[in-house]
Amino acid sequence: MLALNKLNVTFNAGTVNEVHALKDCGLFLEEGDFVVVIGGNGSGKSTMLNSIAGTYMPDSGRMVLDNKDITFMPEHVRAKYVGRVFQDPMRGTAPDMTIEENLALAQRRGKMRSFRRGMKAAERAHFREILSHLDLGLEDRLSTRIGLLSGGQRQAITLLMATLEKPKILLLDEHTAALDPKTAAKVLEISVRLIEEGYLTTLMVTHNMADAITFGNRLVLMREGEVIFEATGQQKANLTVPELVDKFISAGVEVLV
Amino acid sequence: MANILAGAIGLGLIWGIVTLGIFISFRVLNMPDLSVEGSIVTGAAVAAMLIIGGAHPLLAVGGATLAGALAGTITGFLHTRLKIPALLSGILTMTALYSINIRIMDGRPNVPLLRQDTLLTPLIDLGLTRDHAIIIIAVIAVILVIAFQRWFLTTEFGSALRATGNNPHMSAAQGINTNTMKLVGLAFANALVGLAGGLLVQYQGFVDVQMGIGAIVIGLASLIIGEVIFGRKTLLRGMIAVVLGAIVYRIIIALVLEAGMAATDLRLFTAITVAIALWLPHARDQIDAISRRVKHRKNSFGQSDYSGLASASSAAATDARTANKSKKTRSRGDH
Repeated sequence: MLALNKLNVTFNAGTVNEVHALKDCGLFLEEGDFVVVIGGNGSGKSTMLNSIAGTYMPDSGRMVLDNKDITFMPEHVRAKYVGRVFQDPMRGTAPDMTIEENLALAQRRGKMRSFRRGMKAAERAHFREILSHLDLGLEDRLSTRIGLLSGGQRQAITLLMATLEKPKILLLDEHTAALDPKTAAKVLEISVRLIEEGYLTTLMVTHNMADAITFGNRLVLMREGEVIFEATGQQKANLTVPELVDKFISAGVEVLV
Repeated sequence: MANILAGAIGLGLIWGIVTLGIFISFRVLNMPDLSVEGSIVTGAAVAAMLIIGGAHPLLAVGGATLAGALAGTITGFLHTRLKIPALLSGILTMTALYSINIRIMDGRPNVPLLRQDTLLTPLIDLGLTRDHAIIIIAVIAVILVIAFQRWFLTTEFGSALRATGNNPHMSAAQGINTNTMKLVGLAFANALVGLAGGLLVQYQGFVDVQMGIGAIVIGLASLIIGEVIFGRKTLLRGMIAVVLGAIVYRIIIALVLEAGMAATDLRLFTAITVAIALWLPHARDQIDAISRRVKHRKNSFGQSDYSGLASASSAAATDARTANKSKKTRSRGDH
């Protein structure tokens, strides 16, 4: 489904601040894979996700999504295939636009934006329906400005926006890290439900070891721009938090537990 | 007095269209676009030359609009393709337009429309004054522009444009080409400014290469005055508000000039007005903070011993601890 082959990304090349963020990074995802990515700060997790999304263009290597070479496809073109939720809840939605306007924008991801009306009445009914599944009482606030919502509510809506048009790959970049524990759990629960319902191929970055073990069918550990450990299926399910922390430490990653 | 008022309203309506353009760049795209100072003259110059060349005055306005759009496209190109900061892109266009505008005017710094037929001519022939004629024309223009702009901003394309200004990260993630949006938005904004220039030249009967100086501050003043007085709850309301703001601004200017202020002090007056208007939203918080600080100082006047405060807070902490303990005991009892 998604193949990363020897991907290299360097920031500030040729300066003293040069950072080799991805080093011959390779990863292969089957359709329907839910891969959890862990790793220390600066290990290249976010760079990998942003490269897949097209925010950064790689120095070398190849990215293939569903038999299509997307290595140098511009970000806004690639968005057709990629659903994203960012760590910062403020990033995924337009604060001065209403809930329904944001959803209508997401409904047209990857489509030609013409001079037809920006939103149809039938869409509104659909939005109300899917919002009610979030169980956050947002279905009656379609014309509320997004900026008035809490971080958790905004993140839940961003999730809906990322999955409204089924993406070939869903990228969740520490999308619960900025939320309080209760809200984080709720947003994670919504994520997992949407992923399962839509059978979405997903990459999720997290710093929560317990979540990393509980969710997804595969787990990868990154260090210095490469994947250095991977666990799949039963092997992953049998992992314990202390084991995972050991992996972290033996990988030379400092952990505070 | 009625004369002054009519003139102010007519001018205010024309500048209302400039303000609608500034609304697109400053508010919708969230970009400070200074090319306006040049593109208003470009619009006026193109319209003047077309009229002198024998074109229909309406066609001249069309030409002015196109010329403005082109000017905006240049700013958009500098910003989105050459990656020059928005503010500087506008300044570069504005600077370049000064030379271009003089070229459009056949190398002259100003061009009068002597005895030419303008949009006002048929109305003046009906016995209307110049001021009344421009009010009628400008009202029609403003209504058309607002209707078009409202339609445009609520289309799929227009929504994407608004999203780009509101959150570029989200827009890119939703497959919006933010560069194209900025380019089109700037072209649209300056098209309106060019249109206003095309009307302005027909009203005042001449174009001068200097007439754009201060346009951005006048436009901003109008925008802010409009939003403060008339609100910006919905898109339509916001747009009507900025046009009304432009009229209010012109009336204020007419009144202070009538009261005897020197015309050369106008810019200073405008700049101060804008500064105050920009500060106003923060003023209440600041005044509130000062009054709280004064009150606080009054309450603790002469107090140098804070031990009472410490014991009070530790007493509160002990209270909380005992309360906790009793809660725990209670819950244990429940089990």
